[in-house]
Amino acid sequence: MFEATRINHKNLSRQNMFRLLLGGMTALLILPVILVLGTLIYKGAPVISFEFLFANPTNGMTAGGIFPALLGTILLVIVALLASVPLGVAAAIYLSEYAPDNWFTRAINIAIINLAGVPSIVHALFGLGAFVIFFRFGTSILAASLTLAIMTLPVVIVATRESLQAVPMAFREACWNMGATRWQTIRRIVLPNAVTGILTGVILEVSRTAGETAPIMFTGAVFFLPFLPQGVFDQTMALSLHLFVVSTQVPEMPEAVPYGVALVLIALVLLMNSVSIALRMYLRGKKKW
Amino acid sequence: MVNPEMQFEVQDTTQNPVKLGVENLSIKYGSETALEGVSFNIHEHEIFGIIGPANAGKTSFLKAINRMDMFNPEMQVNGKLEFSGHDISKVRNVYGLRRRIGVVFPLPVGLPLSVYDNVALAPRLVGEKDKAELNVIVERCLRRAALWDEVKDRLDSLGSMLSGGQQQRLTIARALSQDPELLMLDEFSIAVDPVTTMRIEDVLKELKSEMTIILVTNLVQQARRLADRTAFFLDGKCLDVGITEDLFTGDVSNQRTRDYVEGRFG
Repeated sequence: MFEATRINHKNLSRQNMFRLLLGGMTALLILPVILVLGTLIYKGAPVISFEFLFANPTNGMTAGGIFPALLGTILLVIVALLASVPLGVAAAIYLSEYAPDNWFTRAINIAIINLAGVPSIVHALFGLGAFVIFFRFGTSILAASLTLAIMTLPVVIVATRESLQAVPMAFREACWNMGATRWQTIRRIVLPNAVTGILTGVILEVSRTAGETAPIMFTGAVFFLPFLPQGVFDQTMALSLHLFVVSTQVPEMPEAVPYGVALVLIALVLLMNSVSIALRMYLRGKKKW
Repeated sequence: MVNPEMQFEVQDTTQNPVKLGVENLSIKYGSETALEGVSFNIHEHEIFGIIGPANAGKTSFLKAINRMDMFNPEMQVNGKLEFSGHDISKVRNVYGLRRRIGVVFPLPVGLPLSVYDNVALAPRLVGEKDKAELNVIVERCLRRAALWDEVKDRLDSLGSMLSGGQQQRLTIARALSQDPELLMLDEFSIAVDPVTTMRIEDVLKELKSEMTIILVTNLVQQARRLADRTAFFLDGKCLDVGITEDLFTGDVSNQRTRDYVEGRFG
C-alpha cells in the first residue's frame, strides 16, 4: 500500500536536486573565505610576534611593528561607535515607535537606505568639508571617527529598526492598555527584547569601520607618525591605511609584512565582534519569548 | 423549570449607579464603519455581556473605552462615552483612565517578563518600588486569579512558559494589579481549556462584588452563565440590550437576537 508512484519519485528526485544545488551554493560561499583566511595565515603568521604588535615601525616601515596603527584603528572604531550607536539607536526608536506613518517618514526611511549606498569616498569628502574644515576639528581622530560614524549610521538605524519591529505589537498594546506611556513601553518591554538585533547592527558596523580606508585618508589618518596620538584632536595611523601603504607605497617591503598587517586587521575585527557576539548570545539566552 | 441557583444570581443591577454611559457611539476605521449608534448604560457591579458574531464591532467597542484610538490614526470615535460620569474624550490624563480599566485579550499576552514581573508591571509603572509592597500585590492578584498555588514556586520563570490557561489567568492577575474599577474581557476563553474557563468564570463571579465587568464573548452560553445583562451586536449595530435571561426566554425586540442565541446563525 505504500508503493512509490511516479509522482513520488519525481518529488523525491527534485528534492535531492535542490538540496544539492543549495548546498553547493553554500560551499561556493565558504570557499573564498577559507582561501582568504588560509593565505593570510600561511603568509602572514610568520611575521606576527610580540614586537610586530607592540613596537613602532622602523626603517621606513619595512621593519619594526605596527603598534601605532593597531592602537589608531581601535581608537577610531571606539570613537565612531560612541557617536553612531546612540544617534542611530535614538533615530531608529523615533522612526519605529513614534513617527506617524506618512510620506515624510517614508521619505526619511528611503533616504537612510540610500545613505548606505553612498560610496565611501563621497563620505570622505563630506567629512573633509564638514568636520575637518567647517567644524575646525582639523585632520584628527575625531574628524575621522565622525566621518566613519556618518558612513555606518544607516547600518545601525536599519538593524535597530528591524529588531524593534520584530517585537510583537501585542506586547506594546498590552502595555499601553495598562496605562503605560510610549516611553515606558519602549524602556521596559520593547528595547530589552530588541537588544540582540541592535548588537548585530553594531557588529556589522565594527567590521566596516575598522576596514574602511577612504573615509579616514583625508580626515585623520596618516601614513606615518613618530608618536602615539595623545587625544582625539591628534592625527593617527590606522591599520587599513597602513596596509594600503605597505602594499603599494614602500619599495623593498618584505613580502610577508602586508599579509601580517592584514591578518592583524582581520583578527582585531573578529576579536571586537566576538565580544558583541558573546554579549548577544548571553542576552539571547535570556530572551523572553 | 427555573434553576434555583440561577434564580439566586439574578439581581437587578440597573439600580446601581452607572459606571459606563454609552450614548450614540459610532466607530469608524477610515471610511469603514465598525460600530454605529450604540447607546446603553453599564452599571456598577454588574457583569455586562456583549455577544455577537465576528465583525460585529465588539472589540472596537472595548478599544474605544480604553482610548486606543490614540494609537491608530485610522480609528475615529464619535458619540459619548462616560466613565463614572466623566466624558472620556475630554480626559486629559488618558494614562490615568487606562489604569482604572483592566483588559484581558483573546489570546493571552504573557509579556516577555517573569511571572512576578508581569504582575508587578502595573504598580511599577506608577512608581511603586517597595519590594515588600510589590510582593503583597503580586500574591494577592495571583490568588484572586486562581493561579497562585500553581506558580508560587516559580515566580521567576518566564510568563510565556506557562500553559495557555495559566497564561490567561496571569493576564487576569496582571489586569487586577492595576486595581481596576472596570475589567474588560475580550473572548478570554478562546484559547483556554474548559476546566480553566470554568475556574476563570468562578473568579469573575467573585470579582463582581468589587468591580464592573464587561464580558465580550463568542459563547452565548457563557454570557448566559455569567452576565447580568447582555447586549447583542450584529454588523456594527446593537440590536438588543437587556437582562440576559430575557434574551433567551423573554421578549426580545429583534428576532435576529433570538435566532442568534438559539444558534440559527453565527
